[in-house]
Amino acid sequence: MQNYECRMSGLINHKLYKRENKKVEFSTDTLKRIREIITHYPAGRKKSALLPVLHIAQQELGGYLSVDTMDYVASLLEIQPIEVYEVATFYTMFHSGPTGKYLIEVCQTGPCALCGGEHILDHLENVLRIKNGETTSDGLFTLKTVECLGACGRAPVMQINTGFYESMTIEKIDRIIADLKNEENQQPSETRWAELF
Amino acid sequence: MGRVILIDKIGIPGIRDFAVYRAHGGYSSAEKALKEMTPADVSREVTKSGLRGRGGAGFLTGLKWSFLDRKTDYPKYLVCNADESEPGTFKDRYLMEHLPHLLIEGLIISSFALGVKTCYIYVRGEFKYIIGILKKAIDEAYQQKFLGENILGTGFSLDIFLHPGGGAYICGEETAMLESLEGKRGNPRIKPPFPAYKGLYDCPTVVNNVETLAAIVPIIGMGGDAYAKIGVGKSTGTKLISACGNINKPGVYEIELGLPVEDFIFSEEYCGGIKNGKRLKAVVPGGSSVPVLPAELILHTVKGEQRLMTYESLAEGGFDSGTMLGSGGFIVYDEDACMVRNTWNFTRFYHHESCGQCSPCREGTAWMEPVLRRIEQGKGKYSDIDLLVNIADKIEGNTICPFGDAAAWPVSSAIRHFRHEFEFHIQHPEIVKNPDHGSLIQYPASSIQYR
Repeated sequence: MQNYECRMSGLINHKLYKRENKKVEFSTDTLKRIREIITHYPAGRKKSALLPVLHIAQQELGGYLSVDTMDYVASLLEIQPIEVYEVATFYTMFHSGPTGKYLIEVCQTGPCALCGGEHILDHLENVLRIKNGETTSDGLFTLKTVECLGACGRAPVMQINTGFYESMTIEKIDRIIADLKNEENQQPSETRWAELF
Repeated sequence: MGRVILIDKIGIPGIRDFAVYRAHGGYSSAEKALKEMTPADVSREVTKSGLRGRGGAGFLTGLKWSFLDRKTDYPKYLVCNADESEPGTFKDRYLMEHLPHLLIEGLIISSFALGVKTCYIYVRGEFKYIIGILKKAIDEAYQQKFLGENILGTGFSLDIFLHPGGGAYICGEETAMLESLEGKRGNPRIKPPFPAYKGLYDCPTVVNNVETLAAIVPIIGMGGDAYAKIGVGKSTGTKLISACGNINKPGVYEIELGLPVEDFIFSEEYCGGIKNGKRLKAVVPGGSSVPVLPAELILHTVKGEQRLMTYESLAEGGFDSGTMLGSGGFIVYDEDACMVRNTWNFTRFYHHESCGQCSPCREGTAWMEPVLRRIEQGKGKYSDIDLLVNIADKIEGNTICPFGDAAAWPVSSAIRHFRHEFEFHIQHPEIVKNPDHGSLIQYPASSIQYR
């Protein structure tokens, strides 16, 4: 089995996912909570905790999943690294590289598009002077389009990190972006994933 | 005014708190079930109620429960499907956000009926704040001894755990959800074996939608027979409809099944008519996956009967002239909406969300998307329309899970009912170059079906 792991590690030379050879480790408190999460699943089913643990890892170990982080998660859950890689690449909420401090995700699906979601994206691109998928040079904002956020009643909708911003208008966007730029340091910190289970 | 029996408590201030929910009669159905009824009694009431799954397929809940292998030595599981990601649908989010204890009460009663000791709520990852709300409610229920060991001294024990999704639409499919719960990619499983026999960890499992589980509470409260009296024919009870699009009052409404579609769209009590005094062009009544219908066909069947909000009435005429109630994601389009752009948008969604397991779906959605995009941008050919019909036809029914059908139906129905719009795009590339060309499109008078 050891050989297999070595071979797999050698294979990981992915254009998106990087091995940084950094030491990654959860805090003692987080580790305690992860051990608690594992007890939610039957004995021998540690792998079930993978999605919650990846959410925690992404939040607490740098905002994205590096190969080092994924290998660390694999060792915690006693599974092969490849089992983590295949899951991390399947789900869109996990990032392969750093994002800005504020990740702006604009819904582009049906009802939002019908109510002006495309104009919201255009306006954000103009205001932030970046294209969809890019990060501003000051590292503050990343702009991304996403599919249905499940808030179609108040379309158009966007998410900044995990907060919902609904019934968006051009004026609202200007205000929100200005606020985020000004009070850069005063934003309330996000709920920790580790405390949610 | 329709009866509101599911979300009747929603306006009460502080109803998210256990104490307020309890003071307003909350958890009385759970008490009744656990103290006065046997699990078989509860199942019988649910069967009598005629409740149908509220997630989209509309399968009889009582029947689904009856398939569960109750005599097994293996543990049994109940999984609550809260991975709501169907475009146009936001009812479960609304229910969980405002009435988390209603869902927990429904889970307690259902678990009791099914003999389940462990329950998972699979919540889509983007709804992080909802996970927080549910976590608080679950903690309160544990403190008040409605969860944990020996609930209310009846000897029944139940644990509820939250599990986050990772942003994959396909995990709303029940077997993909089970895979995801096991820590794998969300690739749907081949059925049979059905989850009721071999589900989570190869153990007997029931997967139900949030709204279905919540509806168990009023069913036990009023009795299955009383619940079955609400509604029309085999569509019993009430249903949450999430209305959005070009209407005056988007939002979540609880309706008695059997309400005429016309009343739902135009009455002040519900959608309040079309925004800005425009005319109605089309409706997708059950989330993006169900066929789109033009105004005349959504209001009346081809037989000239008034169309009702029921599983049967909406499906009247098959896919030729009907659609489905689906998840109740009611998307309304006004006369300025471009149906080609909308179809392209939905297909892009399905292309993005296809899990990639079956070739017809993986390749088919990836093929339809650019074809629709070029038609929408005025670069299409007449043969592209036939090509789309051909691809959609070959995806439908040829995949492991219903995702393939869901990707094919919006395309085939849009071409069936709005072929003139596709042709207009091919004939007038200079007009459709403008992204907001919806209001600029002129169709032959014979094709107009506005209302």
